[in-house]
Formats: sequence, C-alpha cells, structure tokens
Amino acid sequence: MEFLSTSDIVFRALAQFTPVWLSLFVLLALSLLFKRKLGLYGYVVETGTGFAGVLLLAFWLFTAIFAARIAPFDPLGQISAMKDALPGAIEKISGQPYLFGGDKLARDVFSRMVFGSRIVLIIAPLATLLALSVGIMLGLPAGYFGKRIDSVLSFLANLILAFPIILLFYLLVSPGILETPIPYALAGVFFLFPIILLYTLFWSGYRAHPLQMAIRLLLTSLVGGWLFATFVFDHDPFHILRVSPSTLNIFAAVALASGPGIFRIVRGLTLEIKTREYVQAAQTRGESAWYIMLWEILPNARGPLIVDACLRIGYTTILIGALGYFGLGMPPESPDWGTAIKESSRLLRAFVHPALPPALAMMSFVLGLNLLADALREQSLKD
Amino acid sequence: MLNFLTRRLGVMALTMICLTFVVFYLVNLEPNLRKLAISQTEMHASDEHIESWLTKNGYRRPFLERYAAWIGVWQKQPNIDPESGKPVSRFSYCDEPAVPVFAGVIEGDFGCSTKFKTKVADKMLPALRATGLLMFWVMATMVPVALFLGILSGMREGSKLDRVLSVLSIVTTSTPEYVSGVVLTIIFGTWLGWLNGSAASATGDGITFYNFTLPVITPAIYGMGYIARMTRASMAEVMTAQYIRTARLKGLSFYAVIIKHALRNALIAPFTVIMLLFPWLLTGVVIVEVMFRYQGFGLALVEAAGNNDIDLMLACSLVSVVLVLATQLISDVGYAYLNPRIRVQ
Amino acid sequence: MVEPILEISNLSISFFTRAVEIPAVMDFSCKIMPGESMGLVGESGCGKSTVALAILRDLARIGRITDGTIKFNGRDMATLSDEELMRVRGSEIAMVYQEPMASLNPTMKIEQQLTEVLFIHEKVSKQEAYDRALEMMKAVRLPDPERMMRSYPHQLSGGQQQRIVIAMALLANPKLLILDEPTTALDVTVEAGIVELVKDLGNRFGTSMLFISHNLGLILETCDRVTVMYSGEAVESGPIHEVFGAVRHPYTQGLFRSMPLLGKNRNSSPLVPIPGQLPLPHERPQGCNFGPRCSYFTDGVCNRADIAMLPAGTPSHQSRCLRIEAIDWDAAAKGGAANVPTAIGENLLDVHSLKKHYQVAASELFGGREARTVKAVEDVSFTAREAETVAIVGESGCGKSTLAKVLLGLETATGGTALFDATEIQSDPIDKRSTKLISSVQMIFQNPFDTLNPSYSVGSQIVRTLERFGIGSSTEERESMMLELLDLVKLPRAFATRMPRQLSGGQKQRIGVARAFAGRPRMIIADEPMSALDVSVQAAITELLTNLQRQSRTTMLLISHDLSLVRYLSDRVIVMYLGHIVEQGTTDQIFQPPYHPYTEALLAAIPLADTTAKKRKVVLEGEIPSAMSPPPGCPFQTRCHLKAKVAGGLCESVVPPMRVLTDGHAIKCHLPSEVLDAMTPVIS
Ligand SMILES: Nc1ncnc2c1ncn2[C@@H]1O[C@H](COP(=O)(O)OP(=O)(O)OP(=O)(O)O)[C@@H](O)[C@H]1O
Ligand code: SF4
Ligand code: SF4
Ligand SMILES: [Mg+2]
Repeated sequence: MEFLSTSDIVFRALAQFTPVWLSLFVLLALSLLFKRKLGLYGYVVETGTGFAGVLLLAFWLFTAIFAARIAPFDPLGQISAMKDALPGAIEKISGQPYLFGGDKLARDVFSRMVFGSRIVLIIAPLATLLALSVGIMLGLPAGYFGKRIDSVLSFLANLILAFPIILLFYLLVSPGILETPIPYALAGVFFLFPIILLYTLFWSGYRAHPLQMAIRLLLTSLVGGWLFATFVFDHDPFHILRVSPSTLNIFAAVALASGPGIFRIVRGLTLEIKTREYVQAAQTRGESAWYIMLWEILPNARGPLIVDACLRIGYTTILIGALGYFGLGMPPESPDWGTAIKESSRLLRAFVHPALPPALAMMSFVLGLNLLADALREQSLKD
Repeated sequence: MLNFLTRRLGVMALTMICLTFVVFYLVNLEPNLRKLAISQTEMHASDEHIESWLTKNGYRRPFLERYAAWIGVWQKQPNIDPESGKPVSRFSYCDEPAVPVFAGVIEGDFGCSTKFKTKVADKMLPALRATGLLMFWVMATMVPVALFLGILSGMREGSKLDRVLSVLSIVTTSTPEYVSGVVLTIIFGTWLGWLNGSAASATGDGITFYNFTLPVITPAIYGMGYIARMTRASMAEVMTAQYIRTARLKGLSFYAVIIKHALRNALIAPFTVIMLLFPWLLTGVVIVEVMFRYQGFGLALVEAAGNNDIDLMLACSLVSVVLVLATQLISDVGYAYLNPRIRVQ
Repeated sequence: MVEPILEISNLSISFFTRAVEIPAVMDFSCKIMPGESMGLVGESGCGKSTVALAILRDLARIGRITDGTIKFNGRDMATLSDEELMRVRGSEIAMVYQEPMASLNPTMKIEQQLTEVLFIHEKVSKQEAYDRALEMMKAVRLPDPERMMRSYPHQLSGGQQQRIVIAMALLANPKLLILDEPTTALDVTVEAGIVELVKDLGNRFGTSMLFISHNLGLILETCDRVTVMYSGEAVESGPIHEVFGAVRHPYTQGLFRSMPLLGKNRNSSPLVPIPGQLPLPHERPQGCNFGPRCSYFTDGVCNRADIAMLPAGTPSHQSRCLRIEAIDWDAAAKGGAANVPTAIGENLLDVHSLKKHYQVAASELFGGREARTVKAVEDVSFTAREAETVAIVGESGCGKSTLAKVLLGLETATGGTALFDATEIQSDPIDKRSTKLISSVQMIFQNPFDTLNPSYSVGSQIVRTLERFGIGSSTEERESMMLELLDLVKLPRAFATRMPRQLSGGQKQRIGVARAFAGRPRMIIADEPMSALDVSVQAAITELLTNLQRQSRTTMLLISHDLSLVRYLSDRVIVMYLGHIVEQGTTDQIFQPPYHPYTEALLAAIPLADTTAKKRKVVLEGEIPSAMSPPPGCPFQTRCHLKAKVAGGLCESVVPPMRVLTDGHAIKCHLPSEVLDAMTPVIS
C-alpha cells in the first residue's frame, strides 16, 4: 500500500476544506468590515475569545454545509482493503487517499468526521431551541405568578434533574421503546411548545392589530403544523424532510434533559425582572399577564438566555456524543462523533488514528460554543 | 431549622417515590420485559416461551401490586411451579423464600439481580465502595486545583494571568470525559506508556498510581474548568464589592484583603456548585468506568440497563436520586451555614 | 502658620477607557485645615467621588492622576511607598461611603471588623482592642453595644450600620475623615441623627472632614467651608456663610434657584431650573464649562480660553467665572413669574379606613406553619379633590407605596373603602377594571432608569400606552399624538426613535410623565418622582408636573419624604407612620404648630440650605419598627420624644384616636391640648 508523507496529508486535508476556507474568509471579512453596524456581534468578534469562537463554529457550520464536497468517500462505504489503514494510505481504485486512515470496518475516518458534523449541527441547536421554548413557556409563569404554579413546576423540574442522565437515556433511548408510544407522545408535547409560544406571543401582542395578528397566527399554524407533522409523525406532506423515529427519540430525550435547566434560568430571570418598575408600569396600564411575560420581561432576559443557549448547545453536543458513546439512539454505523469515539476507543492500544479526529472535532466544536458564550457574556456585561 | 428539615425530607420522599415509579414504569414496558425474558431464557425463544417465563416469574401480576411489593408495602409472591402447583422460590440464586413475604426497599431488601445472579445489595455494595473511592479521588484532585485557579484569576480580573487561566478553563469544560479519556489514554497509555489505559486490575489488585490516574483525572479535567470559572466569577464579583474597598482603605495589604475578606465570601457560591456537582460526577463516572473497565456503580448501571435487570436498575436509580437529594440538602444547609445572612435571622 | 492637613493643587484625573480618555476631574484645588470640615457639593457625575478616592490613591485601574498634587500633612501622596500608603489608610485618613450595608463584610462579625483596624495599625492586645472598639460604639451612640459587637451586619438597620462604619473609620484616630454621601441611602430622621453625630464627633475628636454631598442643606449644617463642583471642576469655594450668603457663580446661583426652599411655593415663586444638561466629560465646551447653560454667557468672553479660579469679594472666596463683577447678583431670576392658584374642584377620591395586610407564608407547596401578617396599611382615611395636590409623607416602610398600589389596582384592599368618582375601587384588581378607570388613574414612578423598558424605543412605549387605552383609531393617529405628547413634556420629536439608554435621567422621567398623561388621567400618583434626580433636573420636572396639572386639572397624589418639595408642591399633606395616618391638614397647618410629634421630628430633619433660617433640634432615637411586629398602642411610641408628657402610659396601650384640631387639621396623638398649644415652630 502506498502512503502520503505527513506534510502531504496536512496539505491535502487543508485543501479538501477549500470551500470552508473561502466561506470563512468572506464571513470574517464582512464581520470585521461592518462590525460597528452589527451590534453585540460586532463587539464579540473584536475580542480574542469571541473571534476564536466564531471561527471554530463557522468552520464546523460550513463543513456541515459542504460536507458532500469536502469528503472524498462515502462515510458508510467500506473498502475492505483499507481496514485499519494508517493515515495517508492511498485507496487503489479511486486513487484518493484515506487522509486520516481507515477504521476497523475499513471506512474513511476523514469522511466520517466531516459527515459527523452534520448530525451534531442539526440535532444540537434544534433540540436546544425546543428545550428553550419549553423552558420559557414554563419558566415565565413560574417566576411571574409564583405560588402553587411555581411549586408544582419547580418540583417537576427538580424531579427530572434528579434523574441521572445516563439512566434517563438508557430508559428513554433504547430501541425497544420505539415500539411504545412514549417517545412520540413526549416529542409531540415538546414540539407543541414552540407553536404555543408563538401563538401566545402574537395573541397577546397584537390585540390592537387584528389583521397583523391573523397573518402571524396563520403563518405559525402553517409552518408549525408542517414541522409538527414532519417531526412527530414522520409524515412530511411535501416530502422535503425525513425524521426517523430514532432521531426523534434523541430530540425528545435531549430536550427533556436540558429543559429543566433552562426553566430554572428563565424562572430566576423572571423573578428578578418582574420587580422592575417598567413591569409595574405595564401592570398599571392593564396589560395582560402573558403580554407582560412575553413582551416586557422576555426581551430583557435575552442577554443571559443567549449566553446560556450557547453553553447549552455545547452541553447538548456532549450529551449527543454520550448517547453515541453508549450506543444509544444512533444506528451503529452512524458517522456521528460520539459513536466514532466509542468504536475506536476499544482498540486504542492497537490503533490510535481512528479515535483522534472525532475526539478533536467534538472538542473544537464545543470549545467554539464556550468561547463564544464567554465573549458574549463579557461584552453584554459591559453594556 | 427542624421545620425546614422535615419539609425537605418530605419533598425528598415524594421525589423518590415519583422517580422510582417512573423508572419502574419504564423498565416494565412490554419491549423491556421481553428483553429481560430473552436474556434470561435462550436467544431464540418463541413468543409463548417468553410469555410463560414472564407469567411464571410474576411479571404479569398487576403493575401497582409489583411496585408496592418492590417498595415493601405489599407481599412479594413466590413462583408457582406449573407442574406441582406448589410455591417455589422465585430466584433461587438470591435465596428468595417460597412463601409470600414483605421484602421491599423499606424492609431493606433491594431484590435480586437477574444479570449477575445475586442479591442486588451484594452487587451494589462493593460497586458503590469502588465508585466512592473513585469519586473521592476525583474530587480531591479537582476541587483544590479548581478553587485555586479560580481565585487566582478572579482576584485580578482582566489581568494576563486571568485571561490565560480563563481560556484554559474553557478548554477543559469543552472536553467531555469520553474525549479527554481517549486523548489522555493515547498520550499517556499508548505513546508514553506511563499509565495504564485500563483500570480493570484496580478491582482485584487494589489501586495504584499506574492504573488509577487516568480514571481520576479524566472526569476531573472536565469538571475543573467549570468550578474554576464559577469561582472566578464569584471572586471577581466579591473583589468589586464595597466592603473590599473598606478593607483596603483600612490599610490592609492586597493579600490580607484577599485572605481575610474576599475568600470566605467568594467561596460561598462555589461551595454550592461543588455539592451539586456530585450527581453530575455520577454521569462522568459511568463513562469513565465503562471506558476504563472499572468495576463500580457505573459499570453495574450500564450492565443492568443493557439487560433490563429490573431490580438492579431500580437500586441504581435509588442510589443516584438519594445522592442528588442529599447533596442538594447539604448544599442548601451549607450555604446557610456559610452565609450568615441566611443563618442568623 | 498652621499647615493644612490636606492640600490638593491643580489636580486632574482621567479614566482611560478603550475608546476615549474621560477627564473626570480637571484643575481641582482645595485646602483643609486641621479640625476644619470641608463640604464638596455637586451633581452626580461631576467628579466628587473621584477626588475622594484619588486622595486615598484608590482609583480604578483605568483611572490615573494626570496632573497636580495631593499633599497630606505636607507629604505628597504620590510619593508614598506601598507600605507607607497602607499605614496612612485607615490610621490617618479614613473613609465612609454611601451604602452602609455594602461597606460591611457580610460574613464577619462587627467585632472582628472593628478590632481589625486596631490590629493593623497599632500593637494592641485583644482585650484592649475590644475595649476601645466598645468605647467607640458608645461614642457613636449605638444602643446595646455589647450585643451589636457580636452581630453580623445584616442584623442591624441601615442607620446602625452607618454608625458602625463611622465608628470603624474613627477608631484609629484619623486626622482626616472623608464622608462620601454618608446619608443618601438613609431615611430623613435617621439622616438627621447621623448628621448630628458627625458634627459632634468632628468637634470632639478634632478630626478634619471632607464631606461630600449633593445636598446643599446638609453641607450647610455640617461644614465650615464649601467647594462647589461642576463638570469636573471646582467652580466656587469659600467659607460656607460667604458662599451661601453671597453666591458668586451662576451655577451655584442656579442650584439655589432650582431648590424648593422652605419659603417658596409653586404659585408665588416658581422654581427656575437650570436649562440644558451636564456635558459629558469628554465633550466639554471650550472656555467655561457652564457656558452653554449660563444665562450670563457672553460670546467672546466666556468661550475663549480655560478659566482659572478668581477671587470673589473676600480673598478666601473664589469663583471660576469671568463676569463676577458684571453680574447683578441680587437681581431676581427671570422667568419665575407668579402663577394664579388653581381652583380646587369636587371630591374625586374618597378613602375611608383602608387596610392592606399581607400574609407572608413560609412555603407554598406544603403550606407554611405560621403565616405572618404584615400590616402595611392600617386605617387610612383621606380625600382628594379635583386639581388638588395631596402629599403623602413618611419614611420607608410606612405604607405609602402600598397605598398607591391599592389605588392603582395592583393590590386589593383587606378592608375599608376607596371611592374614585363615587365608585368603589378598593377590591378591583387591575384586570377587572375598565379601560376608562385604568387610564384615569395613572402613575409616575420613582426611578427613571427603571421605568422605561430598555428593549423598546421611547416612542413605541408611548404608542403602546395609547393603544391600550383605546385612544386614537389608527397607528398613524397614535404616532402623531405621541409626538404631541413629546412636545408637551418639552422633548424634541426626534427622541421618539431613541432607546431609553440614550436618554438622561431627567429625559427619561419626562417620558414617564408623558406616558402617565397619555390617557388624560384624572388622578396621577407620583411615587417619589424626583428623588433619583439631580437638583437642577428636579426643578425642571417639578415645573413640568405643576404646569401639566394646572392645564389638565388632574388630581395628584405626591408620595415623598422630601418636606421642602411637599411644601412647595402640595395643597394638603398627609403624614404616615407605620401604616397609620398620624396627621393631616392643609400644607400651612402641617408646617405650623401644633404638630404631631413625628411631624415635628420630620420637619426638624430637613436639611436647610438657608443661612437665615433657624431650626429647633428634635432628634429621634431608634429606628422605624418592622411592620411585621408593630408596637402596641401608638405606632410612634417607640421613638416619640414627647411620650413622657402623656400621663398614665396611655401611649403604650391605646391607639390614639384621630383628633380634629381645627377645620381639616387632625392628628393621631394622646398629647393634651396644653402641650400642643405650647408648641413653637420648628423653623423660624
Ligand atoms: N471607573 C470608571 N471608569 C470610567 N469612568 C469613570 C469611572 N469612575 C468614574 N468615571 C467617570 O468620572 C466622572 C466623575 O465620576 P464620580 O463618580 O467621581 O462622580 P460623583 O460626583 O461622585 O457622582 P455621584 O454624585 O453620582 O456619586 C463621571 O463622568 C464618571 O462617568
Ligand atoms: S464665565 Fe461666563 S459662562 Fe461661565 S459662568 Fe461666568 S458668566 Fe457664565
Ligand atoms: S400618642 Fe404618645 S407616643 Fe404617640 S405620638 Fe402622641 S405622645 Fe407620642
Ligand atoms: Mg459619588
């Protein structure tokens, strides 16, 4: 078998990412050029940590977008000659190298790493968004009304937080459970939250403008209904998206795991903001409770919530990795980083190369999120 | 105080009941029972075979009755031998009696592990001891280092040292156990050969620096950054407080201000965080034990879950929920103790 | 010749932020002689605290002294080594600042915090340190000092905490004591006590003092000399009676004219606000900093070059104004034309024995053991008529704000009635009220920095209010009404698109006023509307409110603890204490004897900025009891200085009835008529 030299591997790997470099260049050039017009984002890219964070995140975002272009091989394709091939080994038929070597099932580690980014970049932010809408919808009234609503909701949140995460995953993301209605019911409830959130938002905010309210409610119903059908029932009426039950299951489990944390944060912020005089001013104008929660309190909680969302996407990524690591939810051949780490970590004594790329990929993505969150926090505190 | 404790204990009991009930419900879902039956009979058992095994072993009894029996407020029924019609012991390897008895959690009987063919208690106690040891060492390395780094970077916010340490903490919080475990094993195990990439020998031969270092520092690294950042934030906030200025203007030197006035106030917040970290560490420990093959609670949990070992899983959840609630309680009481504003009314 | 304790010459301090250099203090000089107390007045942001911290070399990291020297006891502070600096801090110069709670370490007992000072600076035994600390606690007149030594800061009240901070500062016998707004966070009667104490201690220990305040009255009461600061500069300085008696700088003059001095009222002598705003430190004008706001401004003279301090009359009196000679200092202010008093209309609000009790339970999920009752408002009756201003006076926790909440519908009453326009409103929460009622009763809030939602533009917040009240039929119409409202509160129309953070405190408060008046309310409740604003801004808002009220014949309930403002603005006054009305009557009746003992104390606590006025001393003991455990009998009995004049311990056992003295004047007190009749005016 022929091999590339180390410097060739580095060079070829960098060259594979050409579309990413180009996009990154454009993005960063634009960001720095217009940073004064970009508000908080502008200040964030100016700091070292913020710039590094944006760089890492954008790198993986573009990698996910251009994955098919970057990866030389099919992430699932097995070419038996390349079993456990060392980095740089050249595959005979295509003449292309396995840049980071082959794994024990003779798949290209590089291509798998590149495609793995897609799974994480879709599930982690979406699941966080879902958890965010649940946390907001429940945290606001818990903090605003207090009393019994708060006691009950807080008790439930603490109950879920008392579950050790691994056990929760083993119970909720096993193949057997897909035969029961539990994951669908859970996901159904979760996916209702963003829709209810938008309904309440428009309903409370546009009382004086019935037409605008109607348009917004209609749009919400249409888009919400479509996404709901697609995700929960795996029945996209337009046949654009497919969400397999096992993916749905991951969504539900991950959202369930991070919902209570967001709930607590929203509740705490609400408790603090509701004592402000502008909230009292809204009350003395006779605004409805939901208007006050969604239009007076929520916008002013956005700073800490955005920071938390960043951190939480990172945490969710780690959770999804853990799912993969325990072989839960994902199909065994899935290229996601967690599964890849599991597969390769068993054989570390013999082969190191299949383990490092997914491990470093996972780390750098989460690092990007954490750096960004840190920069956001620093900058928003300065304001 | 007493009032507070009784109320808290009430909530804790309620939480435990709710939580174990949910777990009990989930492990008794039909697919899970079938999984259990399959693993307990042979691989290609027919549906009837499975059904009869489930019936024979009492898994078809009413759900609530079984839950009550597990708790210990209802009698556990022995199996009925289909041939003789006589009651026989349910799981002979656990010495279960052949008569109905109250033998639930409140009687101190945690049931029988179908996977390990032994009493749950006999399996759990050594596992917990092993995990306790691991957790102790993780905390013992992680907490002092993290607090020290956090204080160091928080006492002069914005300084070079602070920036370097902050980035360092962010990097470590971005490295979950299964990543750092792999990377560290590659470096120290495969390449350098200084440390053992497996802790399997720790169970039999006792722990050594060689086999135990990696399992300890892997979760420690992940948690360290988190505590360090919390401590830094708390310290930085305290340093801007008016009373620190008062202390400085009394004529105390910088380090005297830190030690006498800042430290205690700055450590209140991290203390609660550290207590709440125990449950989180439990998850890390599961990963580490699986990764390094260390015979502890985590490995038991994974084995139990993989085979739907009902009693063992329930015991695992009970252990973790007790840990969660106990640490929460300690955290609250400790917070009140450290913070005179709450303690003395 | 005596050497000055502190000599600051030509001090300039800048803060270096990432974007710009902010010159916070420029060319500041001042001298403090041994045993003398120097006052430093000025509006917020003018650099007072920066000077104070520079003296102790404790500026923020980005702050630097760019020019000038600070000499303490003849030594240049800049040349001190770190060890020497530490020795000076605490033992030679000590400092007390605004928030007493924040200045004490929450996790250390008082004893430790006090004795620490001695351990740092002197070799003393434990016992000696304790004894000296205890002695100092007695010197600051703290009750039960032994017990307090063992307490944590949060167990003490604000006034007690501040006394402890002062004790801590004086413990090592410093030569100079710097007090930075030491009473701003405290209630008026507590403030009076602290001021008494500071004056007294200054005389007793011979300590020199630098007393920083925004309140001219406080400075007059405590200091020998005064320096007035404006925008980073000293603009006038001299012996206190010379400066207050013969003002020689237009800014100082403006300050006096914008203060509601006790003789003034809104009809005979309206306030004259200083026009414009404080310039940002890095955007100061050429020449005289005060130029753009000065009515004596002369082009080509005032804006030519930097101006130095010039002698004004006597050698010790200086002013930073080029036209001292040219200005006629005794001329009456322009624009302050008298107004015709408005005619008072019919009864609008009729409150009768209103009660509001809160239940505070321990836990909700399981139900608390002992629910405790807070009697926030207990037995309040009064009326307010159309176009009338009724002031509600009292210190924190007396139930003023709760009363406002009940009237607004944010809380419902526990008992009694409140008739608004002959309909009962006391038990209607706001969501049960009609839009008409809601828009008829509106509120102006205390803290301008908090009343506007930071996420929306100023205009959209007013439009939303109009929308809520169903005023105007289309968005365009409401927009134009909003612009008219901006005109009404004298803000440029361009402000409609601004975000609240781009506005100054006074401008925000104007928006608050515009919003309250948007629904053409019949009654406005103003909760301490000026207390967070600077003197010159206060005057402008006060005038705005008076004029709007005059035009719209709105009833105003003015909640305030500032008796000068109350006297200036209101027709009738209600004095509250611990949920009770203890005295009510017309403004004249309240400010003339006979007084309720509490009113008497409140009046005596007003810091007067008038060199000619004389004040009788009434200093209250102790603090306001908690509304959770009010004392039996008269609510005021724990602090009353006249209790001894009531026979038979009546005060401790029986709640006094409301006694009508003369028409409309009633007090809640057991004092016999002879005692009441013998009372002399507090201020003469
Ligand atoms: N740490 C800092 N960084 C930047 N600017 C500062 C800092 N501290 C003060 N300044 C600026 O210096 C000027 C003077 O501030 P300073 O606090 O001395 O005013 P002050 O007279 O004490 O006001 P106040 O009455 O509100 O206490 C202000 O413009 C302020 O914005
Ligand atoms: S110098 Fe001119 S502008 Fe300045 S205060 Fe004097 S008169 Fe006014
Ligand atoms: S009733 Fe007695 S205690 Fe109350 S105010 Fe009158 S004299 Fe003082
Ligand atoms: Mg200040």
